[in-house]
This record gives sequence, structure tokens and C-alpha cells, in this order.
Amino acid sequence: MEDVDRLFRRESGRAVASLVRILGDLDLAEEAVQEAFMVALERWPEGGTPDNPGAWITRVARNRAIDRLRRERTLAEKRDVVAGLQAIGAPPDEAEDAESIPDDRLALMFTCCHPALAPEARVALTLRSLAGLTPVEIGRAFLVSESAMARRLSRAKAKIRDARIPYEVPDPDRRRERLPSVLATLYLIFNEGYSATSSDSLMRRELCAEAIRLARILREVMPRESEGDGLLALMLLHHSRRATRVDAAGAMVLLADQERSRWDRAAIEEGLDLVREALAAPPGPYAVQAAIAAEHARAPTAGATDWPRIRRLYDWLAWLDPSPVVMLNRAVAIAMAEGAERGLAAVEEVEGLDSYLHFHSARADLLERVGRGHEAARAYERALELATNAVERSFLTGRCERLRTTKPRGVPRQRAT
Amino acid sequence: MQYVLALIGEEGGWDDVTPEQLREGMKVWEDFEREAKEAGAYIVGEALQPSATATTVKVGEGSDRMVTDGPFAETKEQLGGFYLLECAGLDEALEWAKKVPLTPGGSIEVRPVMDYRQFAE
Repeated sequence: MEDVDRLFRRESGRAVASLVRILGDLDLAEEAVQEAFMVALERWPEGGTPDNPGAWITRVARNRAIDRLRRERTLAEKRDVVAGLQAIGAPPDEAEDAESIPDDRLALMFTCCHPALAPEARVALTLRSLAGLTPVEIGRAFLVSESAMARRLSRAKAKIRDARIPYEVPDPDRRRERLPSVLATLYLIFNEGYSATSSDSLMRRELCAEAIRLARILREVMPRESEGDGLLALMLLHHSRRATRVDAAGAMVLLADQERSRWDRAAIEEGLDLVREALAAPPGPYAVQAAIAAEHARAPTAGATDWPRIRRLYDWLAWLDPSPVVMLNRAVAIAMAEGAERGLAAVEEVEGLDSYLHFHSARADLLERVGRGHEAARAYERALELATNAVERSFLTGRCERLRTTKPRGVPRQRAT
Repeated sequence: MQYVLALIGEEGGWDDVTPEQLREGMKVWEDFEREAKEAGAYIVGEALQPSATATTVKVGEGSDRMVTDGPFAETKEQLGGFYLLECAGLDEALEWAKKVPLTPGGSIEVRPVMDYRQFAE
């Protein structure tokens, strides 16, 4: 029964999206979909899973919503809603016609990621409505109690309803303006999962896969958009390294030391194809970041990495997005391409990252490499103060200790990504 | 659905302008209002006198009312005017808000007007 549960919820986004467009209320749409789930529990185990589960759920949930509205039909307004529901695909008593049911998930994505909602509300709503996660699961993934997550969700739904945030795909002019908020929400979900450690709940670790799944849906329902390709590529290429980012003892493994044969080739191939597509149009920040990740994925060994090319890509990214974190990563690429002295000079020019762990650890590494051991130790200590999880802490403690006992090494290090 | 656009910004700046500058400054507002009227969105809109003219009544227990000089909050930025617009949804209201010709640094708070029909169901 577990499988029906899981499959159903993954496929339920289409039904929620179609119903909410007509009903105008996320809670009502979710209730109807929940009723369809009860039907699926009865029928799927015996009769088999339908060919197009998303369309099946939409049809059954729509019929349930119509039944309910008919029972309660006292106002003319309700008749309009029933007519609207019937217009979703075939009339309720006709034969199954999955293909005729439109896919409204893009509109719901734009609603859930509306800039009038707080970023954490966008994340929660997207996972609830489109990925079918329960409030308990979302709470677990974001280290928030179930009741706090339920409140966050109901506040967001109330704002959508009361301020009337529309359920529609913005016209092309506005879409350009609104798409970044959708992409940023998916990337936020991915990064939460990416920063999870083995001590975190399974749900938290699965956020990466959820974000990738949502990005695939977005790509499927949205006309070609290079930043959508870029984001999906970026996430796939990072995710391809998931098996090698920590060792058997749970310690962090730097990119240069990861066992490349254990990287997920299928994810890499898909990511590289998408990067190629994304770079066909003038690329945005996600496409350029994906191109950088692609350089790492392509290199057969760490030593074979084309750092001058990565440096050029960072120059490009810095032009699109001159944020301090981008400038820091660019400085690291300069160090790898042109030597620690130049890299350190570029790091020292970065401003506004005093409370950012990776700023201090990158700086410490470069200071160590140019023979300024005392300063390097101080920088590692500062990084240690900022470390939030045990994996990072043990890595940095190791660095500090080694600095006290050995001479500087010659091999440059890159931050684990 | 109706939305209030509350126009908030720093006060002053109109004290030593020439009549020509004033006319030029008013033109962008007239253009905005004409566009909103032609689109059928405009219901009402007013500019307010400076917050120095404001008086605030604080409601206490029972019939206790305290009248004080000045605006509700003594902040650098003050409510300077408002529009009431009829829009299909928040996105449309936000489109109008983005067109309000406030000077840089100003803010427009967009709030839906209470719709009592929601309680009729």
C-alpha cells in the first residue's frame, strides 16, 4: 500500500492544479484530491495503476468535487463552478480520456512561488501542492514542527485567497519577471536537501530529488526557457556526486578527493545535454553555474580540471550576478588557474562575507599555501566558529590541527561542493 | 475586487519649487490617474497634507479617548496619499502599484479591501 500512497501523492499535483483553477481554493482542491486517494486505495492494488495516474486522479477528484457541489448546490454561483469543473477534460460520465485533461501545474507553480508570499511559504506551498508532501513531511524536512508548518501553510493559503493572488500563468512579458522566483524556490528546496547530513531525516535528504522532479515538471509544462534547463542541469550535476561527498565514517570529502568513478553517470550525461541546450541561448546565472559544474563533471581526474575555463565562466557569472559569494568562488577559480598569490589577492577584495564560513576556509587554505601559516590558523578558527554541522566542524578541526603539526603543502584545495 | 494603494515616502521636497517644476511634477500623476481611469480601475484617490497636520486619536477602555498631536508613528516615511482601485486580482493591483510615480525610495503598500460577501456563504 506504501507504493500506492507514494505514487498517488507524486502524481496528485496535476489534479490539485486543475481543481484549484476552477474552485479558487487550495483547501477545497486538496480535499477533493484526498477523496480520490481513497478511491485509488481501493482500486489500484487490484486493477493496476492507471497509465496516466495524474490524469486519472484529476478525473476522479473532479467528479468528487462535482458530486459534493451538487449536494450543496443552493446558489447559482455553484452552477458556474460545476460547469467549470466539467470543462476539465471529458464530462464525468463519459469514458476515460486522459489526454484531453489539460495540465494546469505551471499556473499553480507561479501562484505558489508568487513574490507576494514569503520565500519559506513559497517552498512549503510548492512541496505541499505540487509535490504532494504532507505538512508532517515538509516540517521534518525543514526542521520545523508539524503544527508550525501547518500554520505556515494555512497563512499562505489565506493570503492567496484574501489578496486574490491569481491562479494563472503570467503573460510572456511578466513571466520573465516572475520566473526567477519560481526557479529560486526550487533551488532553495534543493539546497536544503544538499546541506542535509546523514544524521538528518530521510525526508530532508530527499529534498534534492524532489527539487529535481519539480524542475522536470516545470520543463515539461513550460515553453523552452534556458534558465529552467540551466537550473535542472545544475541540480543534476551536483546531485550526481551525492554518493561521494561524505566517506564511510561520515566525514566530508573535498571535490578533488572524491571517487569520480562513483559519480552518477546517468545524471551527469543528462546534465551535460541540458547545459548544451541552455547555452544555445544567451545564458542566465543558472546556466552559467551549470556550465561550471559541467567542467568538474567532465574532468576524468581533479588534476585534469580546466581551471582557466572555469575562471572565464566565473568572470561571466560575476558579470550577471556580482554577489559576494560569486566573487569568492571566482577568487578560488583564479587561485586554481593562476596560483595562490593571485587567488588570495582576489579573496581579499571580496567584501561582506565576514559571517560566511566558506570565505574563511577558502582564505585559510590560500594563506596556508602561500606560507602564512599563523594567519591561516586564525582563519580556520574563525571558520570553525561559524560551522553549524558536525561534518564541517570535524573537517575544519582537522585542518587546524594539521597546520600546527606539519609544513604547508603544495597542492591547492578547493572547497567541497 | 478593490485594493487600496497606500503611498508612503519621505515628506518635503515641494517647499522651494518653481510653478513650472510643480506643473511638471503634477503631470506624471495626472498621466497615471488618466490611465487608471481609462482602464476602468480608478475609484478614488487623494493626496494628503503633510504629517505635521496629523492628529491621532488613541482608543482606550470604555469611552476613554486620547487625542495627540502628530501621526500614528513618528517615522521618516509617512503616508502621503492613497488610491482605491478595482482590479481582477493581486497581480493587476501590483501592476498599477509599479506605475505609481513616487520618487525613488518611496513605497506603495497594496492591500485588498475586505469583501463581506465571503461571510454570506
